[in-house]
Amino acid sequence: MAGGEVLRQNLPEKLEESPSGANELHVLAVDDSLVDRKVIERLLKISSCKVTVVESGTRALQYLGLDGDKKSSIGFDSVKVNLIMTDYSMPGMTGYDLLKKIKQESSVFREIPVVIMSSENILTRIDRCLEEGAEDFLLKPVKLSDVRRLKDFIMRGEVKEGEKRCCKRSRSEDCSPSSMTHPCDSSLLSSLSSSSVLSPLSPSTLSSKKSRL
Amino acid sequence: MLGLGADLLWADMNRLLAFLFHQGVLDEQFLQLQQLQDETSPNFVSEVVNIYFHESEKLLRNLRGLLMEKEFSDYKKMGIHLNQLMGSSSSIGAKRVTNVCLAFRAATDHSNRSGCLRALEMLEHEYCYLKNKLHELFQIEQQRALAAGVRYPVQNN
Repeated sequence: MAGGEVLRQNLPEKLEESPSGANELHVLAVDDSLVDRKVIERLLKISSCKVTVVESGTRALQYLGLDGDKKSSIGFDSVKVNLIMTDYSMPGMTGYDLLKKIKQESSVFREIPVVIMSSENILTRIDRCLEEGAEDFLLKPVKLSDVRRLKDFIMRGEVKEGEKRCCKRSRSEDCSPSSMTHPCDSSLLSSLSSSSVLSPLSPSTLSSKKSRL
Repeated sequence: MLGLGADLLWADMNRLLAFLFHQGVLDEQFLQLQQLQDETSPNFVSEVVNIYFHESEKLLRNLRGLLMEKEFSDYKKMGIHLNQLMGSSSSIGAKRVTNVCLAFRAATDHSNRSGCLRALEMLEHEYCYLKNKLHELFQIEQQRALAAGVRYPVQNN
């Protein structure tokens, strides 16, 4: 029996979806630094998010049920995560490795937005992450404004997902990715005051960012 | 009516903070931490800072241990400790400590042992200074909280 299965069976009640928490974002934060874990947890809680913090990519995969234990039939229902925020530089599995693993998964998990956090402003690193499907790349230290902006973006995305599904059904031939503009794109790109690198000032990041909404 | 003591201590606290900002010891990330402190988490800043102290002292000991080795050559390992220290220092707004870590890292990148030793000494000094000042800050804050709790003068009969 894999550790992941034990972890899921021992999940306390509060980690399961609650009807009242329909509008509450559940964020899974991954960081090997205890100081950073404390800070990100507080940043998220104060922004009214449900938070689960883990110390490594391995633990994150375990929590999500992606630790290779395919035999488990408990499946994805018990854990619903709306956003994953992971540090880039971690021993063993880096944030980039974790990102790749998640994006290789089945549709449910691949759709979870993953944000990379790093104290290093390295363009090649940023490009790599965005190309692999990261939603955003935040420069540490992460601020309240970053979390708020992310939250708004994700919340709008959740609403738009529902609308988009309706749109696709009714206009199946007219909908093509290039013709569909998404309001979230412009708001994300225009937030120059944050530590997000997705700004018009960095052309390489713009060209590699594909709309996944 | 709040005790005069609380007001004076509040002024002391702000004076010390302003001084630390002016000296570049702390930056706006420290203010960000203070914003995260409220009634639901009233000791958030001191909790995080105490974790930071505990971790940093371990890392500093590791760094000194490595550099003191007769046959020292593991700059990569030193770089790992340094990156951890730099990351957490920047997370709490310890600007001067972070900057010294940067200089230290440059020395490791060039495998410059004497440069590393100098940087480590500076780092230990900056860290000590930061720790003392933050302890002072927390002490004033504690006293202020106590003083603010006194609404009326205590009667001694």
